[in-house]
Amino acid sequence: MNPENTLKQRKEINGNTLLLLITIVLFVVLYAGGCIAYSGKGFTNLQTFLNILISNAGLICVACGMTCVMLTGGIDISVGSLVALDCMLLAYGMGNWGIGAPAMCLIVLVVGLVFGFVQGFCVGYLQIQPFIVTMAGMFFARGMTAVISTDQLSITAETSQTFYDWANFRIYLPFGGVANRQGKIIMPYFRIGVVVAILILILIFLVLRYTKFGRSLYAVGGSEQSAAMMGLDVKKTKLKAYVLSSFLCSIGGICYCLNTQSASVAQASGLEMDAIASSVIGGTLLTGGVGNVIGSFFGVLINGTISSIVQTNGKLASAWPNILTAALLCFFIVLQSIFAFLKEKKK
Amino acid sequence: MEGNVVLTMRGICMTFPGVKALDHVDFTLRKGEIHALMGENGAGKSTLIKCLTGINDFEAGEIHVDGIQGTVKNHSTLDAQNVGISTVYQEVNLCPNLSVAENLYIGREPMTPFHTIDRKAMMRKAAELTQRLDIKVDVAQNLENYSLAIQQMIAIARAVDMDCKVLILDEPTSSLDDSEVEKLFKLMTMLRSKGVGIVFVTHFLEQVYAVCDRITVLRNGTLVGEYPIADLPRVKLVAAMMGKDFDDLADIKPEGSQDFSNASMVIEAKGLSHKGTIKPFDLNIRKGEVIGLTGLLGSGRTELARAIYGADKSQTGTLRVKDQEVKINQPIDAMNLGMGLLPDDRKAEGIIGDLSVRENIILAMQAKRGMFRQISRAQQEKIADEYIRLLQIKTATRETPIKQLSGGNQQKAILGRWLATDPDFLILDEPTRGIDIGTKTEIQKLILKLAGEGKSIMFISSEIEEMLRTCNRMAVLRDGAKVGEIDGDLSQERVMAAIAGGASE
Repeated sequence: MNPENTLKQRKEINGNTLLLLITIVLFVVLYAGGCIAYSGKGFTNLQTFLNILISNAGLICVACGMTCVMLTGGIDISVGSLVALDCMLLAYGMGNWGIGAPAMCLIVLVVGLVFGFVQGFCVGYLQIQPFIVTMAGMFFARGMTAVISTDQLSITAETSQTFYDWANFRIYLPFGGVANRQGKIIMPYFRIGVVVAILILILIFLVLRYTKFGRSLYAVGGSEQSAAMMGLDVKKTKLKAYVLSSFLCSIGGICYCLNTQSASVAQASGLEMDAIASSVIGGTLLTGGVGNVIGSFFGVLINGTISSIVQTNGKLASAWPNILTAALLCFFIVLQSIFAFLKEKKK
Repeated sequence: MEGNVVLTMRGICMTFPGVKALDHVDFTLRKGEIHALMGENGAGKSTLIKCLTGINDFEAGEIHVDGIQGTVKNHSTLDAQNVGISTVYQEVNLCPNLSVAENLYIGREPMTPFHTIDRKAMMRKAAELTQRLDIKVDVAQNLENYSLAIQQMIAIARAVDMDCKVLILDEPTSSLDDSEVEKLFKLMTMLRSKGVGIVFVTHFLEQVYAVCDRITVLRNGTLVGEYPIADLPRVKLVAAMMGKDFDDLADIKPEGSQDFSNASMVIEAKGLSHKGTIKPFDLNIRKGEVIGLTGLLGSGRTELARAIYGADKSQTGTLRVKDQEVKINQPIDAMNLGMGLLPDDRKAEGIIGDLSVRENIILAMQAKRGMFRQISRAQQEKIADEYIRLLQIKTATRETPIKQLSGGNQQKAILGRWLATDPDFLILDEPTRGIDIGTKTEIQKLILKLAGEGKSIMFISSEIEEMLRTCNRMAVLRDGAKVGEIDGDLSQERVMAAIAGGASE
């Protein structure tokens, strides 16, 4: 074996990788626990897992963007409202303005880019606190949603046949079929949103690892001053991070809308917190510089699994997922600080 | 203009609010020379360098770089790098959360044909580079796993690898120990022979004479002159920097060795230790004594002081303060026993940058009294003014945020903070690091004055000379353990021998 490989292997066992491993193990344990406890209620079906992916496809995209922003040491709390605005634009645009589904999706993506550009400009070039900037963005997007319509809109085949077809399109797996009550074998399936989310996840993973922009995000989060001294354009990097976040959020918004097929002012409220929680559980530090999207992906899955378990149980109050998420967040934050403490001590 | 000139700066002017930082300064750098840029704190060295590297926007003057038509005006570090000017700063400007290899190559990573980073090639190149410069690191490890000294070497390696024409080293040696300085000098001479022009900013006079070819001296933002090293012996250099002949430092200590055997005991440490940083040690300190802690960087000097002070809780042993056995769990306990500690990391552990000079001075005193017994504003002002006057702190007003002061004046203010608590035992960890020679002398004199008033002082410094000038006794540390004490006739040779090991035990 050449020396390069041995070097790499030693690097794998650092605190951050360990955190990611713990996240993955926790997901596996949670899911296995669900399977054992609720095997009679169909939790063991492959479809249960795929449903978690289907209902969280939007959140996966949003969390990827959130992770990128958090890597720079920033935060983007506008994403939940932006998803609501995206859904409203889609529903109202297709239903009332008569614009086709592909054109409307394009409009939503452009809105995301512009939205991100304004926020990124404020954070990067005007050097305003990201919390304040994106809070303004949050109110603005939620407000604009209400300006478009305060009604509860649903997207039906009449609204847009194309969108309706996308939303109901099933991609079947060739294995793992289960017989239903009538004895008909139903193959497990997933939807378009899942494909989009997984592609985004892989893309962002590669961007973070193998591109100059991706590494700049880590550098800026590690030390802004150093990044500038090493000749990186900190302002531009931050701008790009927020543009990316809002853009991914708009893609996530479309995925979200494909799943819910509805729009309302109150939609996706608190989604930004789910995204942040997923990133943190996945090992992203709020201070920046550490984390990756694979962790955030498992963070989303853990959240989804908890909701799924509570739903399957059927007797637990709907507040339980929140309480469990809170407990998990505490667990991971304490774990992170223990690792940081150990590292400091080793020095 | 001479043919071998690589960089000229002419008539550089720069104003900060209320201060003329640079006033028509000229600077010339030739190929293959190491050029020392000297001056006291606030003389304008850093400002001049920042004008060159594009961090400061100078108002007047021009810069020419060899091989580039017309004048050069950099607007960012990146611009400077593109014209062949690389800088290594006093504080390590790298990202601790990235690998060594990435820190070496970020911003200019080797790319694959698909416009992605070629991580393998980056690792390989980084390993080659560190090997060539004799830096022993695993390039795949995160930078935060290495000592400050290694991080500094990596920063230099990064600059060196950029094929720079001009390499600026801004106080690169202040966190390195002697053997590392040696390595750095080797590297500098190697680069010199390759034709790189090196600007070397340092406070260590010995280092200037060890490697430099030429010296440019600044004072109060103006150019004093440029001299070949042979024409400017030490005393003249100091005179040029200060604008006056400095008083002979050797004379500040009272004649003859003092006898402290009858003085009362202030600190008696027996078997104190802190796991992983300092092995069990015994140490006695008497009233009015100045005890020096010496040893190489990382030998446990700071750690010993922290163990006594309770900044790192001691796991073993006993501590007696003024004949009373005490238990110190945290710094406030030590403060209440009349101790004070001036930490070595002024920026992180000393000053609170956004608070005023007054608030910084009053801080320890207030902490000792507790937060409910606030010192009245009038009294605060009186105390602050007293120490500003006593220590000759150069500040616009007592309400100026301390971060606007020069390093030496910040240090004096922090010293004032501890003096205000009227301690019996004061630990000064590197109180003179990174500050100019005039202030250094003042602080050394102050130490002796305090000792004369019956206070006991523990003095930690990397400069043996200044310890010889001030200490009555020295404790020697090596590899995290106290290995001996030297008293009576203190000489450089004896101390060096003790640090190196083998003698004086």
